Formats: sequence, C-alpha cells, structure tokens
Amino acid sequence: MGKFRNSSKKSFPKLSTASLPDIVFMLLFFFMVTTTMREVSMKVQIKTPGATEVKKLEKKSLVSYIYIGRPMKNYQKIFGKEPRIQLNDKFATIDDIRDYITSERDKLAEADRPAMTTSLKVDESVRMGLVTDIKQELRKASALKINYSARKMKSIY
Amino acid sequence: MAREIQEINAGSMADIAFLLLIFFLITTTMDVDSGITRKLPPYEKDITKTPPIKERNVLVVLVNSRDELMVENELMDISRLRETAKEFIANPKDLPNLPEKKVENVKYIGEYPISKQVISLRNDRGTTYGMYIKVQNELTAAYNELRDELSKQYFGVKFDKLDEDHQNAILQIYPNHISEAEPKNVGGQ
Repeated sequence: MGKFRNSSKKSFPKLSTASLPDIVFMLLFFFMVTTTMREVSMKVQIKTPGATEVKKLEKKSLVSYIYIGRPMKNYQKIFGKEPRIQLNDKFATIDDIRDYITSERDKLAEADRPAMTTSLKVDESVRMGLVTDIKQELRKASALKINYSARKMKSIY
Repeated sequence: MAREIQEINAGSMADIAFLLLIFFLITTTMDVDSGITRKLPPYEKDITKTPPIKERNVLVVLVNSRDELMVENELMDISRLRETAKEFIANPKDLPNLPEKKVENVKYIGEYPISKQVISLRNDRGTTYGMYIKVQNELTAAYNELRDELSKQYFGVKFDKLDEDHQNAILQIYPNHISEAEPKNVGGQ
C-alpha cells in the first residue's frame, strides 16, 4: 500500500469552463444596470466645454436634449459646415424648438412637468448668437430649467 | 432500469452570454451627464422697466466677440474673475464702491448683513460658447466657494453636505443673482 499513486499516464486535468457563463453573465448584468441606452444617433459633432463646477444631471427621464454643433462629415455636403441644431434624430431649425419642447413635455406625467430640464449639448466653438436664440425660444416655451452640458475638469485655465 | 439522463452541454452558453454582453456594450453609453444648471427668467413680451439698481450693487461682466473679458470697465484675464466676483459678492471690508448690505434675520444663523449684489453678464453674439461657459463656471465657482466658506464657519461642513433647510439659509445670504442681458451684435457674426 503506497501513499502515492504511481501512475504512469499522468495527463493534465481538463480545465472546467462551467463557471465561465456565470462570469460573463455577471459582467452582462453589470453593464445592463450601469449604462443607459443610446437614444439618438449623433448627426453633429460636439465637444462639450470643460468646467469645474459641474453637477450631475439626475432623473434622465425628465431631461430632453438639444444638440448644437457642426454637421458630421457625411452630412456636410447637404447641410453645410455651419453649426446646426439637432433634435432627436433630425436636423432642425430654431422654429422647431417650441414644438419639440411641447411634445417632450406632453410625454411626461403631469406631476413631473415642472421638473423638466433641457440639456444643451453645445460644441465649444459655436457662437453665442445661436445659443441665445435657442435660449429665447426656451423662455417662450417656458422650459426654464436648463443645463449647459460640460465635462468635469480639474482646472479650466 | 432507468436510463441515466444525459448531461446537457453548456459549453456554448458562454458564447451566447458574450454575444449579449457585446451587444450591450455597443448600444449603451456610460457617460454621466453633467453640466452647469441655470434657470432662465420667464419670457415677457414687453420689457417692463426694471427699478434702477445702484451702480455699486452691480458687477458688469462683458465678453466681446474675440472672447475678451471686461469687468467693471477693465480688461481682465479669466483667471482673476473668480476672486473679483467673490470680493464683489461678499464685500468683506464694506468698501463704498462694492455692494451695500442690509441686515436680515436668517434662520439658524441669526442677524446677517446680506449684500444686494447683482452680476450683470452680457456677451456678444460672436462670443464662443466655450468662453461663455468659462465665465459662467467662474461665477458659479465664486458663489459656491462663498457658500462653502459660510457653511463651514457656521455649521462646520461643506454646503453640499447640509440638509435642505440649512442650505436655504445659506442661499438666502448668497443667492444666485446673475442677470443676463440680451447680447449685442458688434462682432458681426
């Protein structure tokens, strides 16, 4: 009776991959919980400015977005290089903003409407003239809570 | 004799899960939305005459179409705006050319001289948005720093950590008074 088995045909034990799906599922659930669905496909190029005093936007369901920037390369032939407004998936003009805000507001429950926030995602090279016109339209549509989208930075100098 | 149930091959399970994982990675975004929050004034058709504000109570901040900053008729670098705004808002030395103060009773704090500050911000239509955000950021930073200082002095913690009632007390002393005038079109953009 030997303590050690004297096996001559010692092969490498097969690695069990049975727990691999569990690991991957764990990753999957992590990503499903922490991320949000991409809602629109961007048609304008936006590099938001940096700022130090940014606050996180809470309750994403109450936020509607207005994108302003130069059209992407493949749209530049049709829409030119000047900054344009994008609402949802489409290019829009200043006059469309009020309708957009109204339709966004109608989507919300009555109780949530005062808390509606409009997030302006504007490229840092855009001139203020266009932004001011949009702000004026928002005032007319009485969407008064706005948020200038900005990246968190340590210092802006 | 009962037949032994054959084991189901779960080897492809990982592949399916990976497929799902990759799908989610592509279709979702992780970026948190952050930015500077502001409240616009309600729209008024005919601009009513606002009561005149004493000059010492107003800090005039102008940005032109070449992104140059002028504060109280003086060209200024953006890095100095925060300090200037802080000194203007708080007026710690009670200087005669900075805002006057009115002693009011504030909950939790008691009698406190509140300055009648208003920051008037005007930009050109040709100012870039990046510069505008920088100015907004500096003004917000000035308010935030003053609130933090006051909060630490009276309650020992930062403004963010206070509950709503205490925050309102501080906001009564340092309210956001940034007034934005209609931009001028001088740069011709």
